[in-house]
Amino acid sequence: METRGLAQIVMEHPFFVGLEEDFCDLVSGCARNVRFEDGAYLFRKGEPANEFFLVREGRVELQIAAPGVKPITFLTIGDNEVVGLSWLIPPYRWSIDAKAIGRVRAIGIDARCLRGKCEADHHLGYELMKRFMSVLIERLNAARLQALDVYGVPA
Amino acid sequence: MVYQPDGLDAVQRRAAATIPRIARIRRRRREGPQTWTLELETEDGELPQFAAGQFNMLTAFGIGEAAISVSGDPGSKGPLVHTVRAVGPVSTALATLQPGDSVGLRGPFGAGWPMKEAEQRDVVIVAGGLGLAPLRPAIYHLLANRRTYGKVVILCGSRSPGDILFRRELERWGRHIEIELEVTVDHAADDWRGHVGVVTTFIPRTDFDPANSIALVCGPELMMTFAVSALQDAGVSDEAIYISMERNMKCAVGLCGHCQFGTALLCRDGPVMAFNRVRHMLAIREI
Ligand SMILES: Cc1cc2nc3c(=O)[nH]c(=O)nc-3n(C[C@H](O)[C@H](O)[C@H](O)COP(=O)(O)OP(=O)(O)OC[C@H]3O[C@@H](n4cnc5c(N)ncnc54)[C@H](O)[C@@H]3O)c2cc1C
Ligand code: FES
Repeated sequence: METRGLAQIVMEHPFFVGLEEDFCDLVSGCARNVRFEDGAYLFRKGEPANEFFLVREGRVELQIAAPGVKPITFLTIGDNEVVGLSWLIPPYRWSIDAKAIGRVRAIGIDARCLRGKCEADHHLGYELMKRFMSVLIERLNAARLQALDVYGVPA
Repeated sequence: MVYQPDGLDAVQRRAAATIPRIARIRRRRREGPQTWTLELETEDGELPQFAAGQFNMLTAFGIGEAAISVSGDPGSKGPLVHTVRAVGPVSTALATLQPGDSVGLRGPFGAGWPMKEAEQRDVVIVAGGLGLAPLRPAIYHLLANRRTYGKVVILCGSRSPGDILFRRELERWGRHIEIELEVTVDHAADDWRGHVGVVTTFIPRTDFDPANSIALVCGPELMMTFAVSALQDAGVSDEAIYISMERNMKCAVGLCGHCQFGTALLCRDGPVMAFNRVRHMLAIREI
């Protein structure tokens, strides 16, 4: 019953729009409902990237932290977006922190479980890769614009 | 096209418009790092009417003159309002003027935002950094005539929380039930609870009717090109996307050619132009 509910949620999540029903079932077989309270970390830099998240409701901030320096937030992720890309590629380790702002409801997807299914069925893997690539490219373009510091005051 | 020289009257009128009047600073207010809003008044109390998106030429005496957009309410009879960021000699001199100091004023000049064409349509405003200043008069106009327009969406990007312009007004607009407002910054410290990310990425997440909307975009040119791409991807036509081309001006009345951009003189044909009129020129790297 729980899995069926999750399958429905996965299928209706904008990130998976258009994914074949069988594939949605495979994905939801690795999924669970999760909730994070304000200030809780979804994951932290250096930890193994074992689970990524589809946000259903709430906001997550992605941060870079360094010793002795206040963390810098470079992106916030909201409803219907995806948090976590490093689970896709070895060494499967988070390179940033992800922290909840306010309460966050999400679907957590077991990365090892899904990686195994993608290895077994490359068609599923390709469908997922296309979706993650478009997120990656959008974030890369945005990061370029941020790095150019277009609003900065000229030296 | 047959070349038709302007009549002598028109040339004389334009030449007269190159002579500044004297105005005084009534008040100044800090908006953010190096950025100040100035309220100007004239001795006789007469202030020029302006349309949202137009600019004036302001002179810092002994330093020089610069084009500065009007950032106040076009419906108000009050002082003339400008927001200046100190980036070079003239803007620094203007930004440091104190109440009572005099300033040269001529204008208003140029083509403003297409408020008439936007009637009955959704209006999507995309502002980056100081680009919110020339868009603020358009927002005042939309609020004063709210029933005349469809959805109003304001997407506003800044460098960091400390750089956000017109903060109190943004908070007020954010509470307005008939406006969708998103404020985002490029980066922030841990104590900021708002959005972080590039303003243009909000365009695909925003709910408006692309076939019946007009987009008003102002900010650094690079940011505007990203915004235009996102609007095009969302289905807005080039004719319905307006950008403000703030290349430097000299005479501001179409006489000197300083602001020439391809076949357009931006002081006269712009600064606000529909994207379909400038897209071929923006594609040429040299200009
Ligand atoms: C139609 C129009 C409307 C404008 N509206 C405003 C306004 O409302 N408020 C305002 O502060 N400015 C505005 N500007 C920009 C202003 O006219 C210029 O910044 C002007 O060059 C300032 O003169 P300056 O002597 O201070 O700096 P300059 O010596 O001309 O420039 C100093 C340095 O700053 C850079 N620079 C110039 N302008 C900017 C900018 N806007 N952002 C980042 N770097 C810049 C230059 O490339 C140069 O490296 C507008 C320009 C136009 C054409
Ligand atoms: S500034 Fe002189 S022609 Fe435009």
